[in-house]
Amino acid sequence: MRRWVLIAVPYLWLLALFLVPFVIVFKISLSDVALARPPYIPQFSWDDGIWAFLRELDFENYIFLTTDSLYWKAYLSSLKIAVFSTFLTLLVGYPIAYGMARAPEEWRPTLMMLVILPFWTSFLIRVYSWMGILSQEGYLNQILMWTGIISTPLTILNTNTAVYVGIVYTYLPFMILPIYAALDRLDGSLIEAAEDLGCSRFQAFWLVTFPLSRNGVIAGSFLVFIPALGEFVIPSILGGSKTLMIGKVLWEEFFSNRDWPVASAVAVVLLLILVVPIVLFQRNQQRQAEAEQ
Amino acid sequence: MGQNVFAPWTDPAAEPLIRFQNVTKRFGSFVAIDDLTLDIYEQEFFALLGPSGCGKTTLMRMLAGFENASEGRIELAGQDIDGIPPNKRAVNMMFQSYALFPHLSVWDNIAFGLRRDRMAKAEIDARVDEMLKLTRLESFARRKPHQISGGQRQRVALARSLAKAPKLLLLDEPLGALDKKLRQETQFELMDIQEKTGTTFVIVTHDQEEAMTVASRVAVMDHGRIIQVATPEEIYEGPNSVYVADFIGDVNLIEGRATASGEDGYSIEWAAGQPPLSAQSKRPFTDAQRCHLAVRPEKVAISHDRPEADNAVEGRVLDIAYLGNISTYHVELPSGLVIKAQAANTRRIARRDITWEDTVWLSWSASAAVMLAD
Ligand SMILES: Nc1ncnc2c1ncn2[C@@H]1O[C@H](COP(=O)(O)OP(=O)(O)OP(=O)(O)O)[C@@H](O)[C@H]1O
Ligand SMILES: [Mg+2]
Repeated sequence: MRRWVLIAVPYLWLLALFLVPFVIVFKISLSDVALARPPYIPQFSWDDGIWAFLRELDFENYIFLTTDSLYWKAYLSSLKIAVFSTFLTLLVGYPIAYGMARAPEEWRPTLMMLVILPFWTSFLIRVYSWMGILSQEGYLNQILMWTGIISTPLTILNTNTAVYVGIVYTYLPFMILPIYAALDRLDGSLIEAAEDLGCSRFQAFWLVTFPLSRNGVIAGSFLVFIPALGEFVIPSILGGSKTLMIGKVLWEEFFSNRDWPVASAVAVVLLLILVVPIVLFQRNQQRQAEAEQ
Repeated sequence: MGQNVFAPWTDPAAEPLIRFQNVTKRFGSFVAIDDLTLDIYEQEFFALLGPSGCGKTTLMRMLAGFENASEGRIELAGQDIDGIPPNKRAVNMMFQSYALFPHLSVWDNIAFGLRRDRMAKAEIDARVDEMLKLTRLESFARRKPHQISGGQRQRVALARSLAKAPKLLLLDEPLGALDKKLRQETQFELMDIQEKTGTTFVIVTHDQEEAMTVASRVAVMDHGRIIQVATPEEIYEGPNSVYVADFIGDVNLIEGRATASGEDGYSIEWAAGQPPLSAQSKRPFTDAQRCHLAVRPEKVAISHDRPEADNAVEGRVLDIAYLGNISTYHVELPSGLVIKAQAANTRRIARRDITWEDTVWLSWSASAAVMLAD
């Protein structure tokens, strides 16, 4: 009995927080838009019965998604931005994690603190403050002009560049922490053995350090890629009118067009796209856990 | 014996391969290696012995290039090696922790160093197979290090360090995890490799028997200093200090005061009311100088009747340790000192005639004991 309860708790949790909302969203995506409250039909009523209700549902909205090029362009553009910003985050995050793992033991808790510290303030405020840095008369342009590197201010805000900056900045800790964990576990004598057997420092890094931190790199990349793909706040605040991301499209469908069924269809497709990397991520985690036993 | 004995350290013209000159290594304020001077010659099999933490690994790491000497000079083949990175030294090291690459198979671990030398693929294959055969790991070549046993891992580490056939091979406790039989076989294998390749070996070991078996010379270390460097026989038969005598093998130590009697001969007052013991020493002792007499248990004879010998003392059997081929008798003298005597069990049942609580005589010749100053 107790065992049964223990097993049931996580499943109930999943059911309540994932499956039920998903079913609701999926149901809406099969409905039709209407001037009503809530703005879609059919509405389930006990009088008509379940069959009458189900008969009204169809896949019209999904077909609509394929007819309007906006949607698949937005998906593709989101994928591109997510892949590229994950790569950028890796480029920035790896050296930081490496430096942390190499730092003297007594510094490490402080460095770790510095990485986590941004989470103590609101995500929204932090993204907004980037506007003050990246805008035409922002701090970045002021510094660049003051040092004489440029003479006319750069346009960064409201471009894809600003979105990349925002994503890399926001998700950097998710990249650093798993890589740091992998590098921290690395036995220093392995590097010495590699050098002893004829590797230069650089070769030892590529042949030993990097392969042994691979699981951290994979975990970090997924932790950045998955939320970046559906990111809505960063492209809305920092991106321009040309920045096309599915999260933004979704928001507009819901709140500007009040077309809940199409918005739901967009969300369901996004989820299906995310399922692939999430499953891959889980598999990587599992393999790592097995290798450690 | 007539043939050419390998002993370059006795030849003043011989150039050492490794030369430590007044080398000191500090970690912060801790002195790990203390003003150490040592020559090691080409083709030697040099063993480092000493208690845990005495600086054996540190000495090796300085040769491999992972630590720089704080003071002094280290030469390899006549060249000062200070600042030369590990990958530029013709030295390979087998790590005490093995340091096998966990993401590579046994085969790839062994091939790792060969690949760095840009060897032809066929050559690498042949060399790795040779190493696998030598260490009897053929059937494990495809496994990862975490899929094999501790002893097998140790052999992989050994194979990996041997693969490049370096000029100098550093082995930090290479055989500790092997069972006795495999250890002995590997010892002979190592000696064989050494003879075939002419590689110079420096080996750290906690096993004295191993050091005695394989080494051309043995260095006994303590607290970052070398106490004695000599051939295994010399170090066993003629230790230069109480520390070395006590560290290498089993020994009886009798404290007393020396008085010269004849050429190289001394008589030693060791207990009130007992006749002095006689001993010989090439090292001079002043009259009434405090000294220790070191006698190996196997040089002490045990009997019921008083024998005709240079030294004979009477005591009572306290304990008998039966070790199969030999028995060790612990005999308590009237002064309270316990002396160990060893006798071979040539008859099937150990010398039945001597048993617990018996009063027995212990005896040894004047040349059997070594006189050591404090
Ligand atoms: N990096 C280091 N920092 C500080 N102290 C060190 C360092 N490396 C070694 N030591 C100290 O130097 C001394 C000698 O260490 P070493 O590893 O050479 O001992 P060892 O003779 O190899 O011992 P064992 O037989 O246990 O392997 C030890 O007291 C050790 O604590
Ligand atoms: Mg050691």
